[in-house]
Amino acid sequence: MSFEDYSGIWVFIEVKDGEVVPVSLELLGAGRELADKRGTELAGVLIGENVTHLADTVFEYGADTVYVYDHAIFKNYRTESYMKALLECCEKYKPEVILYGATSTGKDLASAVATDLPTGLTADSTILDIEEDTGLLLASRPAFGGNIMATILCKKYRPQMATVRPKVMKALTPEPGRTGRLVEEKTSLKEDDIRTKVLEIVQHTTKKVRIDEADIIVAGGKGLGSANGFQLVHDLAETLGGAVGASRDVVEAGWVEHHHQVGQTGVTVTPKIYFAIGISGAIQHIVGMQNSSLIIAINNDPEAAIFQSSHYGIVGDAFEIVPLLIQQFKQAFNQEVVDHV
Amino acid sequence: MLHIVACIKQVPDTKIIKMNPKTNTMDRASAPAILNPYDAHAVEEAVRLKKRYGGTVSVLTMGPPPAVKAIKKCIEIGADEGYMISDRAFAGADTLATSYALTKAIEKISKIKPVDLIICGKMTIDGDTGQVGPGIARRLDMPPLTSVNKVKEINLEEGYAVVHRKLEDGYEVIQSTMPCLMSVEKEINEVPYSSMTNMLKAARYQPVIWAVADLEDVERSQLGLKGSPTIVSKVWAPTKPSGGEMLEGDAAAQTGQLLNILLEKKELFAVKGGSGVEL
Ligand SMILES: Cc1cc2nc3c(=O)[nH]c(=O)nc-3n(C[C@H](O)[C@H](O)[C@@H](O)COP(=O)(O)OP(=O)(O)OC[C@H]3O[C@@H](n4cnc5c(N)ncnc54)[C@H](O)[C@@H]3O)c2cc1C
Ligand SMILES: Cc1cc2nc3c(=O)[nH]c(=O)nc-3n(C[C@H](O)[C@H](O)[C@H](O)COP(=O)(O)OP(=O)(O)OC[C@H]3O[C@@H](n4cnc5c(N)ncnc54)[C@H](O)[C@@H]3O)c2cc1C
Repeated sequence: MSFEDYSGIWVFIEVKDGEVVPVSLELLGAGRELADKRGTELAGVLIGENVTHLADTVFEYGADTVYVYDHAIFKNYRTESYMKALLECCEKYKPEVILYGATSTGKDLASAVATDLPTGLTADSTILDIEEDTGLLLASRPAFGGNIMATILCKKYRPQMATVRPKVMKALTPEPGRTGRLVEEKTSLKEDDIRTKVLEIVQHTTKKVRIDEADIIVAGGKGLGSANGFQLVHDLAETLGGAVGASRDVVEAGWVEHHHQVGQTGVTVTPKIYFAIGISGAIQHIVGMQNSSLIIAINNDPEAAIFQSSHYGIVGDAFEIVPLLIQQFKQAFNQEVVDHV
Repeated sequence: MLHIVACIKQVPDTKIIKMNPKTNTMDRASAPAILNPYDAHAVEEAVRLKKRYGGTVSVLTMGPPPAVKAIKKCIEIGADEGYMISDRAFAGADTLATSYALTKAIEKISKIKPVDLIICGKMTIDGDTGQVGPGIARRLDMPPLTSVNKVKEINLEEGYAVVHRKLEDGYEVIQSTMPCLMSVEKEINEVPYSSMTNMLKAARYQPVIWAVADLEDVERSQLGLKGSPTIVSKVWAPTKPSGGEMLEGDAAAQTGQLLNILLEKKELFAVKGGSGVEL
C-alpha cells in the first residue's frame, strides 16, 4: 500500500428526513481543520435519493468537493447498498481519512466498510487531530464506560477511519453561496444485490425530541415526586428552548417515555448545558451525561452524588428553585429582547 | 431447527473499576470479570428464539482461560453449547482481528452444525466499539442487522427474518435474508434469574476449547496484535468535574448567580429550531 496515493479528508454525509444531520455538519467543521492542517481537500460523500441539492449545504459548511450517489436504490439507509457505494468511491479516489457520525447509521456503515477495505476504525471519538507531515490521524475516545480516554492510531492502513460522537465537534458558521466541485457518481447496484428491505419506518409520535442532538437538556429525576411534579422540567425546558431528559426511575414510573432516558441504558448526551434536577447521580446516569460541557445540579440533599459530577450545584427544593429560575430567565430574556429593539 | 451462535465476551466490570490516581492507569485487580451485560441479552434472545422456533444455542467467546466462567454464565441463561478460542496468538486483537478470529471459529462450528443466525451484543463495556458484530457479518458475507430491539419473525423455511432496528427517534422494520447477524439492544428483553437446573448444568459444563492450530485456513498474520490495524497509543484518565462550585445564599441568590453564569454564555441560547428566545 503506497500512502502517497491517498489524500483528502472525507466526511460521510448522513441524511435524515431530507436534511443533513447535525453531526455531519459538525464533522465538516472538524474535517476542515484537519484538511487545512494537512494542506489537502475536504470532501463530503452524499448518498440517498433526491439528495443532490443538499450538496449546497455541504459546501456552505466547508467542503471543497462533494461526491454524490443519488439513486432510488439509496432511498432508505441499508448497510449493503450504502457500503457498496462508499467502497467504490474509496477505490476510485483513495481518501486518507473518512469520518462518520457515531449514529446508528454511521456506526453501522463504518464497521462494514472498515471490514471490507480492510482498515482500522476508531469508535466514538471525541478528539481528533492529524500529524501535519505524516497524515497520521490521532483519534481519541472514551473507553471502559468512560473511565479512561485512549488515543488510537492506524499506522499501516489507509484510509484511516473514525466514528465521532455527535455534539463534540463544532460546525463552522455556514457561508451562504460558498460552492465547490460536485462529482455525480453512477451506480450499477440492482435491487437484487441487496438482501435487506426496509418494510416500514416508525417514528415516535410524540413531539420529536432528539435529546442526543439538543444543546440544552433539562433532566429530572425521582426527586420530583410525581408526573405532576415532573411538569417543572418541561416548563424549564420550554423556557430555555431545551429538550427534556430523565433518569431511568422516572421512565420506569411512567412519567415520560423511554426515549427521554439518559444513561447507560438510555441515550448518551453531550449538550452544552445539562440540568439534573432531583437526580441522585447513580453511575448509570452519570455515564450518559458526563461529557456535557456544563452540568448544573439541583438537589435537596447536599450529599447527593450528582454534585460530584457537576460544575455548579444548588442545594435546595426543586419546587422552590426551579420556578424562581424560570421566572428570572423569562425576565432576563425579555430584558434582552427589549434592549435589542 | 434453528442453530444460533451467540458471541459473548468476558469484561471487567466498569462500574467497579478504579483508576490509580498516581499513575492514571486502570487498577484491573479492582474489577471483577463479568459476562458483558449486553451479551447476556444476546444469549437470552437466542434462548427465547430457540423456545419459539426450536433449535440449538451455541455460545462462542475469544479470551483467556478464565473466560470459561462467562460461558458457564451463558449455560445458566439457557445456552446448549459453549465454544472458546484461546491462544496467545489472539492477544491484542482490535475489532478487525477479533472478527477474523471469531469468523474462523464460526466456520468450524458450522461444520459441526450449519449456523442460521448469529447474535451479538450491542457493544462491550470495555472496548465499547460495537464493531465486532458487523465485522463478523461482512466476513461471512451475511447482512449485518445492528441496533435490533425486537425480533418479529423468523421464517427458516423461506429463509428470512423480520426485525425492528432502533433509530434515534423511532425504529425501522427490516426484512433480511437468512443467515444473518444481529446485534441486539439491551431493551430487547429482560434476563431472568437462572433456573436451578441450568445452574447445575453450568457448574458441570466444560466448553470446547480451540487454539489457533485447531482452526482451518487461518492466516496468522491476520490475528491478534499483528492483524490489528489500530493501536492504542496513549491512555489517560479523563478530567471529570470533581465536584464543581456550590452556589451559596438563599434560593433567590442562588438562582440569581446561576442566571448570571449562564447568561455569560449567551450564545448557547440561540438554539436553532428550539422554542427558546433568540437573544
Ligand atoms: C481503551 C481501548 C480502546 C479501544 N478502541 C478501539 C477502537 O477504537 N477500534 C478498534 O477496532 N478496537 C479498539 N479496541 C480494541 C477492541 O475494543 C477489542 O480489543 C476488540 O477485541 C473487541 O472489541 P469490543 O470490545 O469493542 O467489542 P464490541 O464490538 O463492542 O462488541 C460487540 C459484540 O461483539 C461480540 N464480541 C466482541 N468481542 C468478542 C470476543 N472476544 N469474543 C466473542 N464475542 C465478542 C459480543 O457479542 C459483543 O457484544 C480498544 C481497546 C481498548 C482497551
Ligand atoms: C443495569 C442498570 C442500568 C441502569 N441504567 C440507567 C440509565 O440509563 N439511566 C438512569 O438514569 N438510571 C439507570 N439505572 C438506575 C440507576 O441506578 C438509579 O436507580 C437511577 O438513576 C436513580 O434515579 P433518580 O436519580 O431519578 O432517583 P433517586 O435515586 O431516587 O434520586 C432522587 C433524588 O432526588 C432528590 N430529591 C428528592 N426530593 C427533592 C426535591 N424536592 N428537590 C430536589 N431534589 C430532591 C433526592 O435527594 C435524590 O438525590 C440503571 C440501573 C441498572 C442496575
